Amino acid sequence: MAAPRHHLLLLLFLAAALALAAAEGAAAEEGPRGRRLLVLLDDLAVRSSHSAFFGSLQARGFDLDFRLADDPKLSLHRYGQYLYDGLVLFAPSTPRFGGSVDQSAVLEFIDAGHDMILAADSSASDLIRGIATECGDPEAMVVDHINYAVTDVDGDHTLIAGDDLIQSDVILGSKKIEAPVLFRGIGHAVNPSNSLVLKVLSASPSAYSANPKTKLSSPPSLTGSAISLVSVMQARNNARVLVSGSLDLFSNRFLKSGVQKAGSKTRYERAGNEQFVTETSKWVFHERGHLKAVNVKHHKVGETNEPGMYRINDDLEYSVEIYEWSGTSWKPYVADDVQLQFFMMSPYVLKTLSNDNKGLYSTSFKVPDVYGVFQFKVEYQRLGYTGLSFTKQIPVRPYRHNEYERFITSAYPYYTASFSTMGAFFIFSFVYLYHK
Amino acid sequence: LKETSASPPPLLFLLSPHPPELCFSAAMPQTQSSTAASGGGGRLRDAFGGVLCAFTLLLIGLLAFSIRLFSVIKYESVIHEFDPYFNYRVTQFLSKNGVYEFWNWFDDRTWYPLGRVIGGTVYPGLTLTAGTIWWLLNSLNIPLSVETVCVFTAPIFSANASWATYLLTKEARGPGAGLMAAAILAMVPSYISRSVAGSYDNEAVAIFALIFTFYLYVKTLNTGSLFYAALNSLSYFYMVCSWGGYTFIINLIPMHVLLCIVTGRYSSRLYIAYAPLIVLGTLLAALVPVVGFNAVMTSEHFASFLVFIILHVVAMVYYIKGLLTPRLFKVAMTFVITVGLAVCFAVAAVLIALVASSPTKGWSGRSLSLLDPTYASKYIPIIASVSEHQPPTWPSYFMDINVLAFLSCFLPLSDASSFLVLYLVTSVYFSGVMVRLMLVLAPAACILSGIALSGAFSVLTRSMKFQRQTSENAGDGSSNALANSETASKEKPSKKNRKRDKDSEGSSPADHMTEEKLLVLPCGPAAVGIMLLIILSGFYVIHCVWAAAEAYSAPSIVLTSRSHDGLHVFDDFREAYGWMRHNTDVDDKVASWWDYGYQTTAMANRTVLVDNNTWNNTHIATVGTAMASPEKEAWEIFSSLDVKYVLVVFGGLIGYPSDDINKFLWMVRIGGGVFPHIKEADYLRDGNYCVDAHGTPTMLNSLMYKLCYYRFVETDGKGFDRVRRYEIGKKHFKLTHFEEVFTTHHWMVRVYKLKPQKNRVRGKLKLKPAGRSSSKANSMRKIGGKKNPWQ
Repeated sequence: MAAPRHHLLLLLFLAAALALAAAEGAAAEEGPRGRRLLVLLDDLAVRSSHSAFFGSLQARGFDLDFRLADDPKLSLHRYGQYLYDGLVLFAPSTPRFGGSVDQSAVLEFIDAGHDMILAADSSASDLIRGIATECGDPEAMVVDHINYAVTDVDGDHTLIAGDDLIQSDVILGSKKIEAPVLFRGIGHAVNPSNSLVLKVLSASPSAYSANPKTKLSSPPSLTGSAISLVSVMQARNNARVLVSGSLDLFSNRFLKSGVQKAGSKTRYERAGNEQFVTETSKWVFHERGHLKAVNVKHHKVGETNEPGMYRINDDLEYSVEIYEWSGTSWKPYVADDVQLQFFMMSPYVLKTLSNDNKGLYSTSFKVPDVYGVFQFKVEYQRLGYTGLSFTKQIPVRPYRHNEYERFITSAYPYYTASFSTMGAFFIFSFVYLYHK
Repeated sequence: LKETSASPPPLLFLLSPHPPELCFSAAMPQTQSSTAASGGGGRLRDAFGGVLCAFTLLLIGLLAFSIRLFSVIKYESVIHEFDPYFNYRVTQFLSKNGVYEFWNWFDDRTWYPLGRVIGGTVYPGLTLTAGTIWWLLNSLNIPLSVETVCVFTAPIFSANASWATYLLTKEARGPGAGLMAAAILAMVPSYISRSVAGSYDNEAVAIFALIFTFYLYVKTLNTGSLFYAALNSLSYFYMVCSWGGYTFIINLIPMHVLLCIVTGRYSSRLYIAYAPLIVLGTLLAALVPVVGFNAVMTSEHFASFLVFIILHVVAMVYYIKGLLTPRLFKVAMTFVITVGLAVCFAVAAVLIALVASSPTKGWSGRSLSLLDPTYASKYIPIIASVSEHQPPTWPSYFMDINVLAFLSCFLPLSDASSFLVLYLVTSVYFSGVMVRLMLVLAPAACILSGIALSGAFSVLTRSMKFQRQTSENAGDGSSNALANSETASKEKPSKKNRKRDKDSEGSSPADHMTEEKLLVLPCGPAAVGIMLLIILSGFYVIHCVWAAAEAYSAPSIVLTSRSHDGLHVFDDFREAYGWMRHNTDVDDKVASWWDYGYQTTAMANRTVLVDNNTWNNTHIATVGTAMASPEKEAWEIFSSLDVKYVLVVFGGLIGYPSDDINKFLWMVRIGGGVFPHIKEADYLRDGNYCVDAHGTPTMLNSLMYKLCYYRFVETDGKGFDRVRRYEIGKKHFKLTHFEEVFTTHHWMVRVYKLKPQKNRVRGKLKLKPAGRSSSKANSMRKIGGKKNPWQ
């Protein structure tokens, strides 16, 4: 009885110490995500063969916990709290995880708002494929006979030099990746109707997906640029998942090797892999492209307090501050396409917010001449950025009984008419009653 | 008692299963104060009669109040049903925030997201009345809660209504008939059904206002006093404040005025009774925000203005007739008629053009459905769907007004009595169209049968009394009676008005003598008649008490059922509303069929999409469409309206018949009326909405079916629905876009939450057949040869 309790206490102590360390580690500003990553491996050899990638993560302040995928003590959460903030799943061939972790646990981990890098290869197990499918990408092997990388072993065109990258500074960083990215593994299909998934590295038009060791008896199912080599998914709760068809993509060998594309004269000393994996991992772990909106305020023009209700035709001002996480601090987010809707079943007012380059977005407008329960609604979805979607409910009431005009100029003839009639009637009655 | 010497009203018992039929007898002399017996003892008897009358009235008031307390005794002191909850909520607001805030109240918790301007769309009479009572009691340091005051407002006002009935009947007939009518009205089931303690609805005060307005009208008609005319318009104002049924008054009184003019009974009293009412009444009515310009703009009020014009023309004709010689008058008459007709045609043409330009001809839907009973079912399902707008069945006549349906009477045709007769005829018609208007019929039936009963009693008792007196004098009275009555009937009608004026001052002894000789029956039949009448009244009382105790006292939010193993109480509604109040966020929106809107806002304090104030057909149709749609479409509709929870009422487990499946046809009809992709035929199997194995797929996939019957099969393993009395069609299914969050003890209320949009979208390999062809190669490639489900 005593031993487990002892363990428990120890664990608690450890957790507390860890939390303290994390709190100290975090600088003045708190980022959108914690820095505890769980790295699951098939084989501890991967730890050294991919040390450059892990090193870059650690250099950026991440706290890596390397575990074998079938470690029986494996657990993602304890006492209702997640132990990690992100997951690096470099265990393509593991048939099942150890401990309490399984496919649904990993998916719940993502649905709870955590991030994941998943790498598969040609030996990908059903489990890994399952997780990838749940995140939107089914997979198969890729061969490319034209855009292959020139290597020592001739005839093997499965090593692909990919340069069809997504056009997004947010995901890949502002510095352009010049050299092709080396890739060997399986490709996957992305459903074009799935708006959450993006192809970061697509295959070239001449690629196809098949087993290179066998003869093709029928046309391959996946061909050309429909094949995605590396894709990312940003879930609706802004959890980010990177699915790579190649574990080698992250390896020291690929990071360090030079590359020359077949048919191309230029030879690069270093492949684009290092830059690619660093930048995408920055994106996945929310070091870039994470927006937050704070201080949503609205008030009548000339006032400062937020009213509980507006009246029709009031003039109001609305402001919100939007910041982007730069990896170390919150920087003002500057864009000219943030729009505000004044919404009741449909937008009655749609205005682009102006900003002061310090993160403050504001606008002013007149409340429409319609009463009802309105919402201030900002829906901001941009490629690579976390979605901003916030609403604030506000009722709009009609005029009070004493807020209408008291005397209307155009009605003066009627006033005159009624009062003169009354006077005339009084005189008439007086004369009729008392004049004989 | 006073009425023993009142003139015998010829009467008639109609023992047929029809609503009251009316016959006009030959006019009989009417004597109201003929009791003023000559002699010194008469004054004492009068005073004694006055005290006795007051005491009886007090008792009648007590009876009216206490017979309505069954609901409090048997259940508890709660607000009943649906609309009263809204009125209660409004009263709470009023007592907390005052009149001006109430007037300007914009309620953002109903009709989301449209909101409702309560001050401008509600008849404030009831709320203001209860608010005033509460304020008065509190300022007298009687700290009653608003709820208590609301619960007991209706019984208090039914006492008032029975006193008003006394006044009206007394004005038309005499105090004896008045007492009788008041006693009958105090316990008429139809009125009890709308005014038991807790039934805090507009009708509770409106019936009092209606009767009191009629009383003041008849009083003005009888006295010709401007004072009463002014009071009458104030009373009319109160009625306008209280209930939309005021249009009945503003159409009935003009009809009566027209009747009087047509039958040549125009008098200055008629003018005084009518003209101030229209002028002041219309001005006052326009002050009520909910009526506003409707008081002069809608067709419901046109009749009164038309009659107003006619009355003036007639008044002028009478005036000119008095000024001119007959020959000149004839000339003037032709001139006036030609000019008048021309003007009339011109005005009528303008009016018709105006009216015809509006699609409903200027009538509101409800009024149109009164004039044309098939109108609503053809064009406005929303009005047809309201249960109290259904035409009543014959048993409901018997249930609600009992023997009064067979009782009626001849009356001497005076202005007052012709008014009552007209009132009865029109209200019989309207009650035949809408079951709710049975309530308007009830006072008319009470008054007329009160007159009949009191007349019958007075004839029978007097004949017994005379029998004893005249038996010594070789009883000649009975033989003379018929002859006397005939002569009386022949000479009266022409001199009617003058006669009545004289009567009101006091009848002459000669009249008194003739009346005493009228209609005297032999002693035996008289005694039997009295016995029969007493038995009849006894049955009536028993029926009324039974109706009050059993039929109409259930609050409908708490249900009970009695079975062999005792009393079962179903308190599911409050359980569900209580759950929502404590477990959902304050700003969450709850969607349900409109019936439960008022209760949800009042009891659960949550925002609703639609409620019992059915003014926006489209919004209700949206909810109906969502309920009739498959899960995914419904989810889209609801989430576009920010709905968090969906509430359905389900009676299949305990056999509660007025549940949402039985109301489903209206959701389909109202929804289909606005959104044509909902077709009623898709839900019908052989003309029925059935949810058994023969139910159509559309029906069995509709959201309403799924929300009602989700997991239902787990209760008994078969899915036997006790309301529909068969097994349901689709027993095992899962919900994908909704999740069950609460189901009450007896499954009567089920609350579902809309699931949020999926966090991730699962990938699908679209090229499945092609993938399969290469799967052989792939599986061979694999080391372990594992089966790959995606290829």
